[in-house]
Amino acid sequence: MTLPEVIPFINVRWDDILFLILAAIMIGSALLVVTLRDIIRCGLAMMVCFGALAGIYVIAGAPLVAATQVLVYIGAISVLVLFAIMLTQTKAAPARLVFQTQAVPAAIAAVLLAGIIAVSVAATDWHALSQRVESATGAVAQVLFQQYVLPFEIVSVLLLAAVIGGVFLAKREQGDVS
Amino acid sequence: MTNSLDAYLVLSGLLFAIGSFGFLARRNAISMLMSIELMLNAVNLAIVAFGSFVDRLRPNASVIALMVIAVAAAEATVGLAIVIAIYRNRRTPLVDEYDSLRQ
Repeated sequence: MTLPEVIPFINVRWDDILFLILAAIMIGSALLVVTLRDIIRCGLAMMVCFGALAGIYVIAGAPLVAATQVLVYIGAISVLVLFAIMLTQTKAAPARLVFQTQAVPAAIAAVLLAGIIAVSVAATDWHALSQRVESATGAVAQVLFQQYVLPFEIVSVLLLAAVIGGVFLAKREQGDVS
Repeated sequence: MTNSLDAYLVLSGLLFAIGSFGFLARRNAISMLMSIELMLNAVNLAIVAFGSFVDRLRPNASVIALMVIAVAAAEATVGLAIVIAIYRNRRTPLVDEYDSLRQ
């Protein structure tokens, strides 16, 4: 049994409803990430945000990117962030001020930035470009391992360097007992 | 709505603005790093959206987004290691208490 393309009575496409729900979850949890007082909850809200974004990638026709988003962001980076939070939490930290003194100018700047982006997006005529395409995993693999194989290998070396650098920086010095 | 590039780009712009606010306003160094991750994700969303709507960019955009994710993973590793290294010296994760150059 397949669902009809358009929801009956309210005449909205299922894709649009799904997109709206995921976008609302993503923006809401992103706002929680930057405003919550307890930083471990910020980290958990960040995982929700990344999951919703992965859903939006699927709607946008990039399932490979969505899978990588789940593996790398939710699986690796979020866990790394949570571990770093646990290693650097002090008892006094959550009770004290969350924001710096420039929080109000920063909020104004962020609202201005969002407005400028929205206006410039609305003012540009994308109509000439807007030929919607569907999923593209096979073509991505072709391009990734033929045309972009050198950047691919360079990124793997970069990741190795980052891992070694991270271990080196986070390593306890000899004799540093505290 | 899912057939218009504008919706994706406005969403990406909103996420980027939220991330920039968090980066400028939060006191905790790890919060700032999380805000940077939000901004990187916003840029990735814009890249994927362009790849989905512009025929010529279709596979390339996904590859670029994958590269951005890999580099973001490297950035998170090194950034968090630096935060932990500073924390061991200064005993605080709050960036406005890293003021040894000012004294």
